[in-house]
Amino acid sequence: MKNMLNCYYHMLQIKAEITENTELFAQTYYQLSLKVGEISRLAKPGQFVHLRVNQKTVPLLRRPFSIHSVGEKNLQILYKVIGKGTEILAQRKKGEFLDMIGPSGNGYKLPDGKVKVVLVAGGIGVASLYFLAEELTRRSLPFVVLIGGKSREDILCRDKFKKLNVDVMVSTEDGTSGRKGLVTDLLQELLPTPHSQLPIVVYACGPTEMFKETARIARKYAVPCYLSLEKIIACGVGACQGCVINTKDGYQRVCKDGPVFDSEQIIW
Amino acid sequence: MKNINLKVNLAGISLKNPLILESGCFGYGEEYQDLININELGAVVTKTITLKPKVGNPPPRLAETASGLLNSIGLANVGIELFLKEKLPYLKKFSTPIIVSIAGETTEEYLQLIQRLNEEQIAGIELNISCPNVGKKLTVAQDEDKTFGLVKAAKKQTEVPLLVKLSPNVTDITRIAKSAERAGADILSLVNTFSAMSIDVETKSPKLGGILGGLSGPAIKPIALRMLWQVRKTTSLPIIGMGGITDSRDALEFIIAGANAIGLGTAIFINPQAYQGIIKGLKDYLSRKRIDDINKVVASLNEK
Repeated sequence: MKNMLNCYYHMLQIKAEITENTELFAQTYYQLSLKVGEISRLAKPGQFVHLRVNQKTVPLLRRPFSIHSVGEKNLQILYKVIGKGTEILAQRKKGEFLDMIGPSGNGYKLPDGKVKVVLVAGGIGVASLYFLAEELTRRSLPFVVLIGGKSREDILCRDKFKKLNVDVMVSTEDGTSGRKGLVTDLLQELLPTPHSQLPIVVYACGPTEMFKETARIARKYAVPCYLSLEKIIACGVGACQGCVINTKDGYQRVCKDGPVFDSEQIIW
Repeated sequence: MKNINLKVNLAGISLKNPLILESGCFGYGEEYQDLININELGAVVTKTITLKPKVGNPPPRLAETASGLLNSIGLANVGIELFLKEKLPYLKKFSTPIIVSIAGETTEEYLQLIQRLNEEQIAGIELNISCPNVGKKLTVAQDEDKTFGLVKAAKKQTEVPLLVKLSPNVTDITRIAKSAERAGADILSLVNTFSAMSIDVETKSPKLGGILGGLSGPAIKPIALRMLWQVRKTTSLPIIGMGGITDSRDALEFIIAGANAIGLGTAIFINPQAYQGIIKGLKDYLSRKRIDDINKVVASLNEK
């Protein structure tokens, strides 16, 4: 499909029908499935969709959600209820429509040659990494998944990852599942002894403190590391300059230059 | 009703409809190339351009409020040279009038920007004298005499219609509007964002890196509308009305209060295709009211 300048579309604005909006755990985590037509074909791991949770002016802005997985003309989002926007989204029902723009952002830069990939997920950060894991599987690239959360309930997608026949390591801060501690502790142990002759690449998504620690560890072992960041986003297309972060190349827009950044570029 | 006219003329700039995408919310246009057909709009106003590139204010630059958006971008832009070389050519592909918004730190900088733009095929130049997010001193648009001086100097140099964007952060906006008119402004744009703030109570920190920001969105609409109505009573210049317009009813309120055209800003973020619904809504309204021309609705408020 082409736009008015006869160029192929990179993103679209559509009305996406909800086919599923299922509570995964105690009104906190939900999986949303939407009919999205062409967007599913355009979507790449690490990109997001920009959703209006209702047609009102509260909340005013669209909300960005990482793409969790795609199917034939459909797309899944995994989200955590953290505020007004996600509270409203959790109330939306099958058969209703959501105004969606996407796919947006740059996505994960996929490795060129043969590498071993380490995925580091903190809490809901697992959402975008699963889409990446599917792509890595398709490309027959070996990878391992580290998932961390506060407690057992915050560990999502463990079984889904296991179905991809990969090692999944879990940590929780309270020790109710997997190792007691932080997911970056697992990374710290893994990187010196990766059990692989291949060069390592790290991809991570999670909270800020996890990002900083992941970046620090990756630097220590001289391993390339890509982080998928989150910010309040207004336009979502790179126009308003509202969602910038500071990098070695100056301010960069999370919505357009990101959300995925090389960890060495980011100035925390 | 057939043959409904939505065309408007602003000081010689011919618009196919009264909808204008406003400065700062539309970037340089190309960012929206998949979502907005510029040819369907009355006009577009570029991101404000300065002489030198500007990196803008420290993040965080955005905070959401009740029906509002608070920003502290700080005129981040590529600067005039890169704008002319890399950004303007894209906008010139369309038949829609391009208005370039400019800002300088001194009158001399404004004049230099105007000189560079005089070499280009553009429909108008808008003086952004009202950005609330640069520096701690007052903006030009908060002072009658400074407004008069700058607009007068700019008008002398400008070869296309001159727009002046007014600030709502004043005691009496009509005095500034009159200053701009006396100095030779061709079109008034009002209003820019409202100086405002928001606080994170958990951290006791301002939500914006710049502490203060500019409030936009539906939250400001009734105040912007009041200002527009007041300015309309004091001037016969064409006015572009803006401030929280998201649908055709909002647009009609501004037109009835006296706007010759209306600007969309924050609405673009919420719904890039909002302009299509507004154009349709205006046509439906005119048809229902049996009015054949949108210009007949301008300043048509029934005041008892």
